[in-house]
Amino acid sequence: MTDITDSAAQPERRETGRSILEADARTKKRNRAETRFKAYGIAALGVGGLFLIALLWAILSNGLTAFTQTYVQLDVPLIEEKLDKDGDRDPAKIAKVSTFGYNPLIEQALVELVEREGLETELEPKALTKMLSGAAAADIRDRVLANPELIGQTVSFEVLASSRVDGYLKGRVSRESLARDKNLDAEHLDLIDALQQTGAVEKRFNWAFITGADASDSRPEQAGIGVAMLGSLFMMLVVLVLSLPIGVAASIYLEEFAPQNRLTDLIEVNISNLAAVPSIVFGILGLAVFIQFMHLPQSAPLVGGLVLTLMTLPTIIISTRAALKAVPPSIRDAALGVGASKMQSVMHHVLPLAMPGILTGTILGLAQALGETAPLLLIGMVGYIATNYPDGVAEGFLAPNSAMPAQIYEWAKRADPAFYERAWGGIIVLLVFLLAMNLLAILLRRRFERRW
Amino acid sequence: MPTLPIVLIVLAIAVAAYLLARSRAQRAAAREGRRLHSLPNYYGWTGALYAAGPALLLLAVWLVAQPVATRMAVWPVLEAEAAPNAQPALLMADVQRLAAGIDAAVASGRVPAAEAGDIPAEELRELMAGQGVALGSDVTPATRQAALRWRGLSAGGDLARTLAVIGLALVGAAFGVSRAKPDFRARNAVETAMRGTLIGAALLAILTTVGIVLALIFNTIEFFRLYPAAEFFFGSTWSPSFGGGSELGILPLLWGTLYISIIALLVAVPIGLFAAIYLAEYAHKNVRSWAKPMLEMLAGIPTIVYGLFALLTVGPLLVDLFGRNGALGVNWMQGGTAVMTAGLVMGIMLIPFVSSLSDDIINAVPQSLRDGSLGLGATRSETVRQVVLPAALPGIVGAVLLAASRAIGETMIVVLGAGAAARLSMNPFDAMTTVTAKIVSQLTGDADFSSPEALVAFALGMTLFVITLALNVVALWIVRRYREQYE
Repeated sequence: MTDITDSAAQPERRETGRSILEADARTKKRNRAETRFKAYGIAALGVGGLFLIALLWAILSNGLTAFTQTYVQLDVPLIEEKLDKDGDRDPAKIAKVSTFGYNPLIEQALVELVEREGLETELEPKALTKMLSGAAAADIRDRVLANPELIGQTVSFEVLASSRVDGYLKGRVSRESLARDKNLDAEHLDLIDALQQTGAVEKRFNWAFITGADASDSRPEQAGIGVAMLGSLFMMLVVLVLSLPIGVAASIYLEEFAPQNRLTDLIEVNISNLAAVPSIVFGILGLAVFIQFMHLPQSAPLVGGLVLTLMTLPTIIISTRAALKAVPPSIRDAALGVGASKMQSVMHHVLPLAMPGILTGTILGLAQALGETAPLLLIGMVGYIATNYPDGVAEGFLAPNSAMPAQIYEWAKRADPAFYERAWGGIIVLLVFLLAMNLLAILLRRRFERRW
Repeated sequence: MPTLPIVLIVLAIAVAAYLLARSRAQRAAAREGRRLHSLPNYYGWTGALYAAGPALLLLAVWLVAQPVATRMAVWPVLEAEAAPNAQPALLMADVQRLAAGIDAAVASGRVPAAEAGDIPAEELRELMAGQGVALGSDVTPATRQAALRWRGLSAGGDLARTLAVIGLALVGAAFGVSRAKPDFRARNAVETAMRGTLIGAALLAILTTVGIVLALIFNTIEFFRLYPAAEFFFGSTWSPSFGGGSELGILPLLWGTLYISIIALLVAVPIGLFAAIYLAEYAHKNVRSWAKPMLEMLAGIPTIVYGLFALLTVGPLLVDLFGRNGALGVNWMQGGTAVMTAGLVMGIMLIPFVSSLSDDIINAVPQSLRDGSLGLGATRSETVRQVVLPAALPGIVGAVLLAASRAIGETMIVVLGAGAAARLSMNPFDAMTTVTAKIVSQLTGDADFSSPEALVAFALGMTLFVITLALNVVALWIVRRYREQYE
């Protein structure tokens, strides 16, 4: 090689007058294109990040307020003549007094509250009650029915403020927007401002939102997501109990036993296609097969769980097969070598080793099922107002209920904007669950994953 | 006897059979040393399987077959007096409800069991109202007769079922226990049964597909019997009215679906693709380790969240920009729900889908191709554009088609963000609706499943299923057919 270079004539120095250190126009152009191309990539990533931030910001800024709620501290005189005329504290007789019987007492309590705080208002006593939730009277009545001894005393209650008052304190309702609203006037707001100064009206953490039941259209301040959470829980139990064994069994067959034939091909094609079928089609399947054909109850978590099982099975099968594939063949060979049958080698050795991977996949499948809404719409989990807790386990599976995503959809469809806050709040609860499940999956993977 | 106690009894028999068979095998083993073929537990399992397997299978078959058989036996009673155009399904449903109502009345003690068969037809309706059972039509003597017949047959069937299932379980248990002899290959028997279970679980995937196809086909045929197929596929008006005289043309819905999907892909494909290229070709390992999970977070967020985001955040934002008195001063947008709203948000949803699929595909292009190109003096971007992307193109096309199938099948974003009006319009700021949104609106609520307005949802579902399936098949085919084979 060296000979050649040596013997070759000195390379002709090109007299272009340019150094290689100096970029020519074409190189500059190419380098600019390079920079631009890279910038596009960074911009795309930035836009993606921006969308994520916008989404999270929208969720948090709109939803966090659902976790506080405005309460009014009220000393209600439980006058004996009104609530228990005979004075014998017979629960049956006390129960005859409807919530209407409590309204005058609340009115009186409000008037007294305003007087005690030394405030003046032009509002009629009747108009004052607009500051309180429609649920206030029922609330007080329930307390009295639970403890009839309260009658005759003046008892201090914390009652829900109406959703407009709540919205005012959270900045959702302004004086301008009230001009068109017949539910509350500006005078009310003056009063609320004054009462907030004295501490009679205050915002507090809203446990009722997390544990409570859905409320009717006119009482957004009372609506909670607790019952829907239970509905989701029962649905996830069905999904877990069905999809884990079925998914694992199907994967074991396909990965360890299936011969190469048409049937196996058919099953594999089916699984990969099912994974891509839109979720709403599974809802149609559930409606036609489980409700139309098998006459299972509508809106029941059992049916929702069955539909979601069919939907998540492909996901679980795919991840389980990956976990089984990751177990090295030497394990199987060793088991077979000491005389185990094929089934024993799989059940006693391969499956336990693949279990962390299988569980991780199952948890992720469950997380996907937990957030799925579309199929639930078709089997009637929307439009059902989940106001009651299920009475027992059987009821929990079979009685109509809502589920978290269905409840969020239900709130989003309602006319009163106060429900939007609830919907965003519900999303925060849902996302907390999803985050927890994903973290659990990651931890499982970190803790138990083995590399061979 | 209700189903649950029967199942529990059968399971109890199975446990007994397990214990008996195992102890029998153990005794035999103690007598004859090591001559036992399998471990004692396997003999126990054989016993339990023989006891529970056939019995539970019979129970399942019986539960499905009994209502069908009873229906066929009861129908002649009704047929004679049924109006010529009456629907058998509705009549039978009434009969079933009536029978169930009488059962409930007897159970609650309102009617003595012995007199249940003597109630005249006129009083039945009142009785049912008291039980909270709503009947579709008046109770005719024929209905009453049929309901009583139904009750009699069901009671007989229930008794026969209980006896047959428990009897079969006992016979199976006896057989299983009797086979627990040392030379019986119990392990092979158990493993065959297990293998059967595994195959059964795998077949469920096929069963699901068959279920979907059957559910769609039967109801679609029913729909086309009530509504001409040509008008459904080529009609350009969608105006369902449950009172009758509705026009159910699919074209506006398909257009809405297509329009929204196109906008979504216009958002998702460039962003997703460039993000994938950057992550695969440029990004430092550290950047990749946080940027990839960040994008995948977008994929883990449920679609209802995106729906709400479209309805309450993006929609109002777009109206502020493009609506009346908007920042841009163009009065293009009437309301927050529009093709643009849904398309944009769906695009955000699809970004991680496109990017992670493309990322895998770009990473699968062998490094030697890049090295060759860089070695010839190409810049990185030239390498990407002229070497890597052409090599990865089939995979990327496949990914885009999969994303399109996702977009077409997406429901919650369009239900909340796209509006409800079905129209054929070119303006992306108009509210339009999609196939999935209409499936939801036609099937929610208490519509009965016999009107064309409800059944049309199944025809829409069928269309959706066929389109998404075709897209998936084509995507996979492209990937397989045009994939460059390296090494």
